[in-house]
Amino acid sequence: MELIARSAAELARLMAIGEVSAREVVDAHLARIAEVDGDPTGPGPRDIHAFLHVTADAARAHAADIDARRARGEALGDLAGVPLALKDVFVTRGVPTTCGSRILEGWRPPYDATVVERLRAADVVVVGKTNMDEFAMGSSTENSGYGPSRNPWDLDRVPGGSSGGSSAAVAALQAPLALGTDTGGSIRQPAAVTGTVGLKPTYGVVSRYGLIAFASSLDQAGPMARTVEDAALLHQVIAGHDPRDSTSIPEPAPDVVAPLRDSIRGMRVGVVRELGGEGYEPGVAASFRDALATLESLGTDVVECSLPHAPLALPAYYLIAPSEASSNLARYDGVRYGLRVDAPTTEEMNAATRAHGFGAEVKRRIMIGTYALSAGYFDAYYLQAGKVRTLVLRDFQAAFDEVDVLVSPTSPNVAFPIAEKVDDPLAMYLNDIATVPANLAGIPAISVPSGLDDAGLPVGLQIMAPALREDVALRVAWAFEQASGFDPMPRGANAVAVPGEVAA
Amino acid sequence: MTDGWELVVGLEVHVELSTASKMFCGCATDFGAPPNTRVCPVCTGQPGALPVANAAAVESAARLGLALNCAIAPTCWFHRKNYFYPDLAKNYQISQYDIPLCSDGWLDLDTDGDPSRIGIERVHMEEDTGKMEHRGGGGRLHGAEQSLIDYNRCGIPLLECVSRPDIRSPEQAGAFVRELQGIVRTLGISDAKMEEGSLRCDVNVSVRRVAADGTSEPYGTRCEIKNLNSTRSLVRAVAYEAERQIHVLESAGQIVQETRHWDEERGLTELLRRKEAVTDYRYFPDPDLVEVVSSAAWVEQLHASLPELPATARGRLVEAGVDGAQAATIVSYGLLAWYDEAVAGDADPRTTANWLTGEVVAQLNERGAEPADTAVTGHHIGELVRLVDDETLSHKLGREVLDAVFETGAAPTRIVEERGIQQISDEAALDALVERIIADNPDTAATIREGNTKAIGALVGQVMRETRGRANPQLVNQLLADRILGG
Repeated sequence: MELIARSAAELARLMAIGEVSAREVVDAHLARIAEVDGDPTGPGPRDIHAFLHVTADAARAHAADIDARRARGEALGDLAGVPLALKDVFVTRGVPTTCGSRILEGWRPPYDATVVERLRAADVVVVGKTNMDEFAMGSSTENSGYGPSRNPWDLDRVPGGSSGGSSAAVAALQAPLALGTDTGGSIRQPAAVTGTVGLKPTYGVVSRYGLIAFASSLDQAGPMARTVEDAALLHQVIAGHDPRDSTSIPEPAPDVVAPLRDSIRGMRVGVVRELGGEGYEPGVAASFRDALATLESLGTDVVECSLPHAPLALPAYYLIAPSEASSNLARYDGVRYGLRVDAPTTEEMNAATRAHGFGAEVKRRIMIGTYALSAGYFDAYYLQAGKVRTLVLRDFQAAFDEVDVLVSPTSPNVAFPIAEKVDDPLAMYLNDIATVPANLAGIPAISVPSGLDDAGLPVGLQIMAPALREDVALRVAWAFEQASGFDPMPRGANAVAVPGEVAA
Repeated sequence: MTDGWELVVGLEVHVELSTASKMFCGCATDFGAPPNTRVCPVCTGQPGALPVANAAAVESAARLGLALNCAIAPTCWFHRKNYFYPDLAKNYQISQYDIPLCSDGWLDLDTDGDPSRIGIERVHMEEDTGKMEHRGGGGRLHGAEQSLIDYNRCGIPLLECVSRPDIRSPEQAGAFVRELQGIVRTLGISDAKMEEGSLRCDVNVSVRRVAADGTSEPYGTRCEIKNLNSTRSLVRAVAYEAERQIHVLESAGQIVQETRHWDEERGLTELLRRKEAVTDYRYFPDPDLVEVVSSAAWVEQLHASLPELPATARGRLVEAGVDGAQAATIVSYGLLAWYDEAVAGDADPRTTANWLTGEVVAQLNERGAEPADTAVTGHHIGELVRLVDDETLSHKLGREVLDAVFETGAAPTRIVEERGIQQISDEAALDALVERIIADNPDTAATIREGNTKAIGALVGQVMRETRGRANPQLVNQLLADRILGG
């Protein structure tokens, strides 16, 4: 089997027993990136374009260093030498960081995000920065200032968003691991439409320090991988208290790897009545029914559950997130970093820079947020949305008194064709309908592949757990993954070529 | 104040806290460091950087609130105040909005024996901005060829203390700021130096006619005067602005709400900008920061640990027999610790107060020094007061010794010993000298015998000269009188 087709856990084991070196593993993935990703400065006609910046030299040097330390008998991290694709929302010292926006073009940050420090401390090798919807606003990666990424299962379709570069990189075997961020579903929805696994942890479990803010009270970094075990291993590396983030939970993160294989027999699984009805594609609905049958076959008790305020979550989200974004994005004014469009006065320079540097979706949300926070409308919009948020949180608390986990389809649809929804923002926003409630409540939620629809495109199952119970969500996801036997290798007439497939 | 008019003043005082690190990051706060050397991703608003509230700053804020008799909010938040300002890298300021940490207190003043109580609306926490320097274009942002910014001050913790419009005279406004300054210094939370900008004040001034029946007229339209950098400027600016407004109103004009600037040299206020529309700061709770929770036990503990405040200290001094004005000077010059140490060492309270408010203040002023900058201690002062009291030193010699204490930091007794300058109060030692002076000046002695006793002064002067000022003048005077007039 080709190195690039192996999971992070397998690669780590092979390196630990000396079967392969970190340098070989990293080289294999860099070669794959060179083969299918195209020129990082712009998308080729059939390229995945998962990366905005490939850090090949640094990755090779890092791998060589890990090999040398292993040879000296030094203790290394569990994922030592495993390549990882990093969403460009994470600040990396000296390495271009754009957040998918032209306004940050050319910026080389003076510091590293906490998660980047943790990855390095765990000897994980960052191979590059991945494409994303500008400032993480979007569900298709078409809002990137640097062109869209493509879905490895069908190159004419989107890989989801906003962590679409990360999901595409993992699905296209460019890296076994990736980091994404999830504000309203941006880890889970791209995972679902690319046949990969994505975990949004509890808000506050992974540090936001050095994560370029979209909506501070909702943003959460999390792991993306092709297996649940890999996601758990990566989560273990990045989770834990960070004194530089005051919203970081001041407790040690519990172990999620050791209990992964524990039985889920007897668990109560709640099916959320409000998430999965109208507007869900038939293929998605069918796959979800199959998933419930699989869960029952694993000895769980599947019951119907209600989150009465879930239908209000999406409108509340689309007030809270843009409000926070309008403030968070005020610092991009052309003065200190990134793009500057010159003009006679400071104000005109600010305006011209922002007009040129921000894309349409970002401008739309800045306008919505500015409006919602303005003195005359604050009570009617931002404050009201905050009340809905509290109600959604209470719904979840009540539901989790009855069940161990809640499930729904991750996304109402499979990957859609590139350009299909570009001019219809409301249709685009509906992609987040099932994922947003977990963000408002701050609870952990994972998307795990539940199968393919009739057209051969992946569908995701969302599993939500009470706050700080990532272990429970991951256990259910792992058991489900084993039972469903999903093969994460992209296939189909329009898929990126998977090595070994031709030979087989 | 022009008859028939009443002045209404409210103050907004900004106090820069002297915490070791900034409000939301670990950067140092030392004054005068080279530009942009006390900065990090947080205080320069780099993408991805996050604020974490400084617990020491929150504690300082609560202590000031308690010293001003405020209620401490059990729970409060930091808000974002959004605007595009060139001196704030994030383009919003982290401040407090609907619920400040401290609210509803008061400050008691005693201006010229006229006690008054000024309400404190709130004391809230916020972060300071950077400092800008515009080159070209008359020093203003618009039209400047270059605008330089120093972010060292960006993020330094700032308290905004807002009074109620209870102040009724320019002098009272000055007294308010001085009293607040004294409290802040006593608490040790800021050096409160107006000239260095660690205490800055804006003042709102309006006037209203005094109704014939004594009832209050509604408040008049107010004007705000920004950035006054001394209490002297504050008092002058308020007085000028009140007269300006009265003049406008008496000439049938109208006061327009606006922000004005005090021109110290010309002694007048002038228009800075009109407040035509209220800026919409789009305040909302900062989602990067968690709420500030003040437990009752914590507040109780802070309250119990407050030092003696200026008003209490003044009361105690007056109780001990010190003159009221002197007590005020001792407290406001930060001389209380010296006073207490001196008195604890058995120096007389009143004499100590005389020395502190007279010679010691003169020394400090002459040297441009704060008490803490000197090597002088309260023990030194006490020793000096006792040396003068027991007539080892004359007042004049005492002054010399004090100067030497400031100069060398040595104890007064040691200076006296080393320099041999103790007063000569030994009658036997002076006798021969007095005899000789009388013999040398027969004419003067004759005049004195004829009844012109004032002439004794000339002979005293000669004795003092011969002893280089060391002779006890009272004793010399008495000896001369005895010898010449017989006794």
